[in-house]
Amino acid sequence: MDIAAYDPLNETPYQILDAQGKVILDHWEQSLSDSELIEAFKNMLFVRQFDTMAISYQRQGRMYTYPPNLGQEALSVASGSVLQKTDWMVPSVREMGAWYMKGVSLKELFLYYRGHEIAQRFEQANRIMPITVPIASQIPHAAGVGYGIKFHGEKAVVLTFIGDGGTSEGDFHEALNFAAVWKVPLITVIQNNHYAISLPVHKQTASKTLAAKSLSYGMPGIRVDGNDYIAMHEVLSGSIDYARQGNGPVLIEALTYRRGAHTTSDDPKKYRTQEEEQEWEPKDPVNRLRSFLVHKNIWNPDEEAELIEGYRKEIDTQFLEAEQYPPHSLDDVFAYMFSELPPELEAQKQEYQDYLNATAQEPQK
Amino acid sequence: MKNMTMVQAINNALEIVLTENEKVVLYGEDVGVEGGVFRVSAGLQEKFGEKRVFDSPLAESGIAGTAVGMAATGLKPIIEMQFSGFSYHAFHQIINQVSRIRNRSRGRHTAPIVIRMPYGGGIKAPEHHSESMEVLYAAIPGLKVVIPSTPHDAKGLLIDAVRGEDPVVFMEPKRLYRSVKQEIQEEEYSIPIGKASVVQEGSDITLISYGASMKEARKASDTAQKKGISVELIDIRSIYPLDRSTIGESVRKTGRVLVVHEGPESYGPGAEVLTTVIDEAFLYLEAPPRRLSGFDTIAPYPQGEEWYIHTPERIVYELQRLVEY
Repeated sequence: MDIAAYDPLNETPYQILDAQGKVILDHWEQSLSDSELIEAFKNMLFVRQFDTMAISYQRQGRMYTYPPNLGQEALSVASGSVLQKTDWMVPSVREMGAWYMKGVSLKELFLYYRGHEIAQRFEQANRIMPITVPIASQIPHAAGVGYGIKFHGEKAVVLTFIGDGGTSEGDFHEALNFAAVWKVPLITVIQNNHYAISLPVHKQTASKTLAAKSLSYGMPGIRVDGNDYIAMHEVLSGSIDYARQGNGPVLIEALTYRRGAHTTSDDPKKYRTQEEEQEWEPKDPVNRLRSFLVHKNIWNPDEEAELIEGYRKEIDTQFLEAEQYPPHSLDDVFAYMFSELPPELEAQKQEYQDYLNATAQEPQK
Repeated sequence: MKNMTMVQAINNALEIVLTENEKVVLYGEDVGVEGGVFRVSAGLQEKFGEKRVFDSPLAESGIAGTAVGMAATGLKPIIEMQFSGFSYHAFHQIINQVSRIRNRSRGRHTAPIVIRMPYGGGIKAPEHHSESMEVLYAAIPGLKVVIPSTPHDAKGLLIDAVRGEDPVVFMEPKRLYRSVKQEIQEEEYSIPIGKASVVQEGSDITLISYGASMKEARKASDTAQKKGISVELIDIRSIYPLDRSTIGESVRKTGRVLVVHEGPESYGPGAEVLTTVIDEAFLYLEAPPRRLSGFDTIAPYPQGEEWYIHTPERIVYELQRLVEY
């Protein structure tokens, strides 16, 4: 698809499947193979299991605050699937499907939400930055990674994520401006899930679309139905081709809906109606892709129960591994502040160790 | 050897690190074509090309944030904040990102970025161009903060900062940029961050300062010597880490200490230095440890500057009071 030809002011998102999983375009050729689509569906199903189980572990008091992903699986799985091994990913906080497909293990994700810092080494994944919590601060990093890619003469791209609320931050603006001026291979995916905690997107911006912001930076922008896996995949592929060919950055606004709470500490009843939540239910990305596959006679939904059971076992095994991981030690608190411990930190650690030795206590957990 | 101002010495240091490490990039506002508003990077774009020495759009957070990403790909960014008073636009990238990437990723990624910024008063500049808020950066875990006071130190410390593996906030006393010249060697050398310099040995009182204030501290020290006071003058050079052992050793010898710095007094670097004195030399003290710093006020506009920056005479007055205590 020709990304640069798209009008970012167009409020109707680029879409291929309707809510029932039927193709709405007159002339459309399936670019992904059937087996690729089945694989994508399985990944979405897997992410959904992880998500519901994570919430349940949190409710059992075995994990700390967690941001649910329910309803946003298509765009994160599609994002993970379009990247090559040499491409970079700079995460936000709610696209675990993409991290998972980049190689981040479930065990590490569970460790992260259990408050263990070792998680973010992301040992099995390459070219992914750690999760950074302050909103939008990752976008300048992604622009800088883009500069690095260009500097080293690589053919790679960098993909980053942000929410609709994050587009109000200065860093979003600064980074996209830098990226366009420096013409770096950056794809920014705005997950417009309609809420920044409690604030609806119409109170976040007076802009017709968030994709429209691309116009002011001088880069292509496109609004896509982020709950439509196939549309999302096409837009991402087109954007990555564009960036990889050295044309510069692209802004993607993916329309979706956060069906769950902002985090496990949030209660959406305070700021949105049940009617609205019900309106989005039929647009769910997992159901939509399933319907498409079933229409095509390449998927038998009766097989899902067994599949899900297997997924849940695997997820639980990784959670138990995370639970049994050795606790954070006193050394771990100091070890990664500098390349070598400066005398101040050496002294502070030693003082505490002396206290422990003097009173023969184990470090508190 | 060559007679150089601090501007020339820093320029020389930048040329050396750009030459020895092809991963070094230098950028910021007006850094490229213009060579920086103080001409610190003059001629470097011509020599190393636009890919390595370049102008960025006008956005400090963008500058610091992109450096984090560049570092992740193996580059070694040296970035410039045009004035320290504008670095607060980048503050959240510095406190939330630059200083934390190593810790957050448990060593998988590092951000050994050198953030250069001119600071301090004395050049009759508009608001925001004259303040000394190094304490803000020194208080951030994960950063080193360096402030040289001579061309020799500026060159050696900057080279050490760029060769190091940690993020360094490198603050340049703009009123000493051109006011002092010094014979320094043109070849590479480095001075390890974290080591104070005992500028002059003495036995009656320890005078501790750094950066811009060293100019007045040196004069005060000379005057005091003439009045028969033996001053041990220490330039701490590195605000964090702080060379606590050199401070302790000196005050155990002299029993008296005065710290002089330009920024506000409360919670300032003087407080940290004096706490060190209490930790290291409490039983040796013969007078209350004392600090002489800027007021807890906004750094005044040019007409008020003379009230804010302490004169050598005021420093001598305080030295005398402590010696006679």
